[in-house]
Amino acid sequence: MNGLKKFYMNDKIVVPVFAVITSLFIAAIVMIMIGKNPLMAYGALIFGAFGTKGALINNLMKTTPLILTGLSVGLGFRAGLFNIGANGQLIIGALLSTYVGSKMIAYPFYLSIPLMLVTGMIGGALWAAIAGWLKVARGAHEVITTIMLNYIAVFIANYVVNGPFQAPGGVPKSPEIAYSARLPILATSGATWLSAGIFVALAAVVVVYILVEKTKLGYEVKAVGFNPYAAEYGGISIGKNVVMAMAISGALAGLAGTMQVMGVYYRYLGALGGSMGFDGITIALIGQNDPIGIAFAAFLISSIRAGSNQMQIAGVSKNIVIIIQGIIIFLVAANRLVKTFMFWKRKEVEGA
Amino acid sequence: MNAWIQAIINVFVNPIFYKSTLNQSTPLILAALGGVYSETTGVVNIALEGIMLIGAFGGVVGSYFTGNPWYGLALGVLLGVSMAALHAWASIRYAGDQIISGAALILLAQGITGFSLVELFGKPGSTDLVRSIPLVNLGSFGNVPFFGKIFNSLSPLVYIAFASVAFSWFLIYKTRLGLRMRSVGNNPEAADTLGVNVYNVRYFGVLMSGVFAALGGAFLSIGELGQFTENMSNGRGFIALAAMIIGNWSPTGAMWAAILFGAASAFNDQLQSQGILHLAINTQYLFGMIPYIITLIVVGGLVGKSRAPSADGIPYIKD
Repeated sequence: MNGLKKFYMNDKIVVPVFAVITSLFIAAIVMIMIGKNPLMAYGALIFGAFGTKGALINNLMKTTPLILTGLSVGLGFRAGLFNIGANGQLIIGALLSTYVGSKMIAYPFYLSIPLMLVTGMIGGALWAAIAGWLKVARGAHEVITTIMLNYIAVFIANYVVNGPFQAPGGVPKSPEIAYSARLPILATSGATWLSAGIFVALAAVVVVYILVEKTKLGYEVKAVGFNPYAAEYGGISIGKNVVMAMAISGALAGLAGTMQVMGVYYRYLGALGGSMGFDGITIALIGQNDPIGIAFAAFLISSIRAGSNQMQIAGVSKNIVIIIQGIIIFLVAANRLVKTFMFWKRKEVEGA
Repeated sequence: MNAWIQAIINVFVNPIFYKSTLNQSTPLILAALGGVYSETTGVVNIALEGIMLIGAFGGVVGSYFTGNPWYGLALGVLLGVSMAALHAWASIRYAGDQIISGAALILLAQGITGFSLVELFGKPGSTDLVRSIPLVNLGSFGNVPFFGKIFNSLSPLVYIAFASVAFSWFLIYKTRLGLRMRSVGNNPEAADTLGVNVYNVRYFGVLMSGVFAALGGAFLSIGELGQFTENMSNGRGFIALAAMIIGNWSPTGAMWAAILFGAASAFNDQLQSQGILHLAINTQYLFGMIPYIITLIVVGGLVGKSRAPSADGIPYIKD
């Protein structure tokens, strides 16, 4: 808890930039060690992320949910909470909104789209609020409870799409949502397309920014995250704000899952969440829990992820991307290490 | 309904259930012990999940290249300790956020094992079959009804796990080093004043957590089958953490909690093999979530009664 608040007070640009560059450098050394050319690999990565119209569309499509899970984790950090449960919240949100969306066949878009958005957020919010409540009422650490809730969500989803809410044929999946509930498509290239979900994600950036910086709720949540005892002494309820922060964090993750349903798959599929919850942690840390920073960090991580397929074709396993992310998080966690290194370098320059 | 009751009874009278409980508990006991070592000295280590994974991978790689599963075990422990050393370095030397460092190491372990798997074995998903650690044959004891079926042909790591519980209990509660570990975890300032090197004791705790979590991970890969599959720790590191909390941060308590989780998991497996669940395939998912729901309830319900070391998770910065 103590360390979490220190994050925000850090040098907001230096630490993440240093972490990203160092991780890419270490990954390059690994590639050299296995006899691959890192310049070729990173070239393939950049081409795979930005090289063609299709690549860019694919990249922005992947950025959409990552902005939302990044905001979800980042908002949690601001409140002093480590929400590792974005994946579970995303699943429950997507399931609930898919169910509603599949029942909207007779309704116009101006009813079905808002209704899906709202149910997706409610699903994620309720799932996360369980962890918030367990923390406040029972003192259970949110890291353990949200991870358990992730597993339970996966089992629930598997149960539901293998039984009561199953579409016939092929892999386990839910029925499709109504056409009226699908988001408009902005651009298409081959089999990939970019939906208006990117605007929903960008709107969420603005809303979270206003919420955190300009509202009473945001002030209280930050105060609790910064120093819960001082906040309580000042008349701010820790319990209420922890549950609220957790619920809003979950709502954002639920919205991420809903975007995957409304803009990409049009139904619930097991693979829909991927590793977006864990990616959200990397993104929030690189973005230093700042909504705008998170939007850029989401685009960065999405580019690395999208480009990694091309890199794999060029002969470097895309698991290297997970290593890169691990190193980034590690370096941001050990930020004193980064600062020591920077300080040491600066002193050396002065000495010379 | 009667069929269900019959199936449940069938599970409990079958020695295979108890054997399976021992096997499922072993990795959890070892990893939970790892958690006890680290947190007793005041360092939260959620990286157990990642250490188990890399321990499992090291076990297979060592066995694959040397043909000797015991070398595999040694390599797994070595890799696990290296990963724990990274965590110790970030969270002790650099006073980093322990939970975030742990999360980073989990990702790192997934990335490194997934990446190396493809590099070494040429395909994603799982490794080739390697030689596993030979099971302990009890000779004529194996013919004893019921108990023979439970205890014959267990992995030596099962015995090592229980011996480690006794060893750790003795170390933590009956030796000077154990006293130092507990004092550093509860009140590092006071320990420092009395001349205890807080950093060194914490390094010891975290590195030992690497040893035990990696042993638990190696059991998964070379304890029986002799194969590594991607992400094979599958959340056991977190269940082990829950076991440690339920067990009130003591080696014996953590052991009992780990056995409880092992039994829940074994029960689920055995119930499914009873055939009754084949009526509806998806009910396996309802049963599969039971251990996680138990964890949630227990962590939520008991944590008020169990007490973490006072300085758990707080970096110590010497002035």
